[in-house]
Amino acid sequence: MRVLENTGDYVLNALQGVGEAALLLLRGLSWSYQALKYRALVSEQMLFSGVESLPVVMVVAFFVGMVVSLQTGQEMARFQLQDNIGGIVAASMFREMGPVFSALIVAGRVGSSMAAQLGTMKVSEEIDALEAMSINPVRYLVMPRVLALLVMMPVLTLFANGVGLIGGALVGRYQIGVSYYTFFDTVVRNIQIRDITSGLIKAATFGLIIGSVSCHQGLKAAEGARGVGRATTRSLVYSFLFILMFDYFITAFIY
Amino acid sequence: MIDIVGLKKSLGGKEVLKGVDLRIDSGELLAVIGGSGAGKTVLLKHVIGFLKPDRGDILVNGVSVPRASQKELYEIRKDFGMLFQTAALLQSLTIGENLALPLKEHTKLSRQEIDRVVTERLNWVKLFNVENRLPSDLSVGMMKRAGLARALVRDPKIVLFDEPTTGLDPVLSSTIGQLIIDLHGRLKFTSIAVTHDMSLAYMIADRIAMLHHGRIIGIGTPEEIKTSKSQVVQQFIRGMPSIQSAESLLQR
Repeated sequence: MRVLENTGDYVLNALQGVGEAALLLLRGLSWSYQALKYRALVSEQMLFSGVESLPVVMVVAFFVGMVVSLQTGQEMARFQLQDNIGGIVAASMFREMGPVFSALIVAGRVGSSMAAQLGTMKVSEEIDALEAMSINPVRYLVMPRVLALLVMMPVLTLFANGVGLIGGALVGRYQIGVSYYTFFDTVVRNIQIRDITSGLIKAATFGLIIGSVSCHQGLKAAEGARGVGRATTRSLVYSFLFILMFDYFITAFIY
Repeated sequence: MIDIVGLKKSLGGKEVLKGVDLRIDSGELLAVIGGSGAGKTVLLKHVIGFLKPDRGDILVNGVSVPRASQKELYEIRKDFGMLFQTAALLQSLTIGENLALPLKEHTKLSRQEIDRVVTERLNWVKLFNVENRLPSDLSVGMMKRAGLARALVRDPKIVLFDEPTTGLDPVLSSTIGQLIIDLHGRLKFTSIAVTHDMSLAYMIADRIAMLHHGRIIGIGTPEEIKTSKSQVVQQFIRGMPSIQSAESLLQR
């Protein structure tokens, strides 16, 4: 009986959290018309979430492209089909690997930092201070972060796709024996606009998920340093979970 | 004028406020004293609308704070200034930016005008050339004064002080007290200061109210409080241990 009760509580709390995060996202986006007024804050967040994440996203994407190329190339070589790996690497990168890996990196690097920062502000009464000054924390703190992630996630994904292709092409050339021309020729012949747009739609959605989940967890933090730590961990776990869930649903919807 | 009527609030299953009635007249400075956990800060959070009461009402110049919508609440708070226990300066902003923030948000002052007001308010609290320093570079006393300057930057009609001298030595506490008196004289704001620092309460308050176990058990001028016949009030203002706590100490 107790187990049922606890499970019920857990499910209810989880659903409440999802609802709160979704509401926070809508409230944050509803202030986006003031993005120009807060352009300094938005730019600062774009720099942090986008530009500063770029090196790690590119390194990861480079190796992901290499791994996909190697795994696919070796299997396809058994059937003399290795010339097609460019198309397969591109499809993997554009549809899945680019947006998902970029999102996981940003969730780990940026989302957790946002949750920790807002959590610290919450427990040190800085959020209350904003409220006392009649400054809406959603407008001042959440909107710039969500907007920055909404814009920068697709940009990061484009870079990840490009670098992943380069990694794949290098492995194709030196380990599978496919020329650069053949590799990129199959990329151009096989990739459709839908492959690119679906990846970008995913990336933008993941940006919104990371922003809303992380800000929500941060603003909910309580009980000092322990609460901030918990908020940071939760932001990461929930972001990962929702990124992969939404990845499936968007894929199912588009394809 | 602030009217607190029959305020009741439970937090975590514990009744923190059990029906508080208080009236603070325009321009008056009321100190609310009481032990730790007496509900002083909870009371203050209701006045500024951070918490909603279970029962009762808070009227600020006739407008109900608990019944105000979020938008109305932000309008009401434009008349407020608040000094937090920890000063609550935004750590990512410089002191100057902290003070400029409410001015940028709510006024159309030019950058030069904002800079002038910021410097003037900092000078009021005896802080000089700290505009470009981060809060983490300041001592606790300086942070409190910067927090006070931020609370006053828009000439508020109501100022709330949450334990303004916590963590300060007696000299600094007295400095903060004197600053509050000077600034109250200059700006004539209505004010509630919650504190357990009796010397500060005597120094700054027009009236003192004692909150004990969620109820106001004594209210009056500092002189009236000093001569109160209530045993609990006398115990508190003289810093004597309560009979209960003395017994529990002896048992240990």
